[in-house]
Amino acid sequence: MTALTSPTSSALAARTADSSAHPAAIVARADAPALRVATLRKHYGSLSALDGVSFRVGRGEIVGLLGPNGAGKTTTINVILGLLEPTSGRVEIDGIDIAHHRARALERTNFAAVYASLPGNLTVSQNLRFFGLLYDVRGLPRRIEELLGEFDLVHLRGTKCGLLSSGEQTRAALAKALINHPKLLLLDEPTASLDPSAAQIIREKIKNLATRDGCGILWTSHNMHEVEAVCDRVLFLSHGKVLLEGNPARLPQEHGAADLEELFIRVAREPLVHVSVAP
Amino acid sequence: MKLRPIAGVVLRQLYLMRGSPVRVVPMVIWGAVDIVLWGFITRYLNAVSGSGVNFLPMLLGAVLLWDFCTRMMQGVSTAFLEDVWSRNFLNLFSSPLSVSEYVSGLVVTSVMTSFFGLLVMLLLAGGLFHLQLLSMGPALAAFIFLLSLFGITIGIVASAMVLRLGPASEWLLWPIPALMSPFVAVFYPLRVLPRWMQEVALALPPSYVFEGMRNLLLGRSFALASLAQGTAVGLLQLLAAAYFYGHTYRRAVRTGLIARYSAEGPA
Repeated sequence: MTALTSPTSSALAARTADSSAHPAAIVARADAPALRVATLRKHYGSLSALDGVSFRVGRGEIVGLLGPNGAGKTTTINVILGLLEPTSGRVEIDGIDIAHHRARALERTNFAAVYASLPGNLTVSQNLRFFGLLYDVRGLPRRIEELLGEFDLVHLRGTKCGLLSSGEQTRAALAKALINHPKLLLLDEPTASLDPSAAQIIREKIKNLATRDGCGILWTSHNMHEVEAVCDRVLFLSHGKVLLEGNPARLPQEHGAADLEELFIRVAREPLVHVSVAP
Repeated sequence: MKLRPIAGVVLRQLYLMRGSPVRVVPMVIWGAVDIVLWGFITRYLNAVSGSGVNFLPMLLGAVLLWDFCTRMMQGVSTAFLEDVWSRNFLNLFSSPLSVSEYVSGLVVTSVMTSFFGLLVMLLLAGGLFHLQLLSMGPALAAFIFLLSLFGITIGIVASAMVLRLGPASEWLLWPIPALMSPFVAVFYPLRVLPRWMQEVALALPPSYVFEGMRNLLLGRSFALASLAQGTAVGLLQLLAAAYFYGHTYRRAVRTGLIARYSAEGPA
């Protein structure tokens, strides 16, 4: 599917109308997507950081959130995580509106980002225990052992995170991000500091997570080859708007670009109106 | 509120102390220095004054209790600053942890560390200078409760200030107890203060404690009503501080300050 998206697209309007019929849904619905973002706006005075951003991430789906610096990717992530209040719009995680049920929504999500490293003065296992308690994870000791094994951190369990290499820190951050079996995982450039081999291993783990556990993943990256390899769908964000949406394998051809990187560069450089004309 | 997230906040502080024992030293060292210093000063005053007044419980006891109140305030704000220093806000506030759970965790941490410091100071003052504060009986428990309340309140307000003004405002926290000490009349009766300072003192619960303690030690009647008034003021201030912190947090979320906190500046 390739589609130019706008906040008023009929599909989204239908979804928004549907969700507004159940505004107080507290219990996660089986048919709800992992993430639903509807007409999100964030204004700082006259500056518009987000201008009607709407999209969804299905269960088990990996969606790439792409765009040049300042496009609104991190702002979008911050709003989804409840770190930033939108001017208007709606965010639902697993069918739960974060504006009204913050804790219940955030119990179902987690995130990892290069700019949000774990406290360096705690060891790997102390960090996992600390965050496990914050997320009220049941069976925490067993979960910690699972994650230490899965991310090859067993031998580093007693090492302070500040002493880890950047690759090890990334693995520790990902282990933290999975501590609560999230239904939605937000990853902001998760492989930015990894060597190609380690990055590939991490990508496979995350793809398995989506397939095996049905976790919806929103992935931001500036590595277009990685996005093509991992994502089921991509969204191009520019000037706070979702400009393009579609399958990363087909999207470049449909817009006359050789590959995703070329399309990215064009979206980043050309005025909005020229790019958004469908071929 | 859930207990496990609160336990998580407390556990993090305990991990920090275990991982770096030098963090434990300030819990006792300043109090110990104060006890030794003021212990000898009061011993000297007793020797030269000839007034018959025993300065030991009045001055040394007051120093001990004021130090405890200060530790309570700094316990809350230091635990908060640990998250500022380790740039942990994104991970912390993107979790389901509520503001009330977070602040409760900071308070529990402070109560634990401050009472540890108090115990050490009591043992030291008793062992070196034969100070027997426990002889004040149930009143001592009331004094400690009220000082705890005030220390926690100021700790919460101070943390909210740093949250509002940015990490660089950390230096504003440390002089707060020193700025308050003239008003709360730790070492002298309230009546020696000018009128306007006495009126400020009425809004500061520790002044009720130190005035009450002096009256008790001088064998005067213990003004229970006055202490109750101080407790009411303290409880109201605690509620106001909690509201202020919540308001500051909500503002930080609205303006995006939480998400870019390490940029060191107010929104």
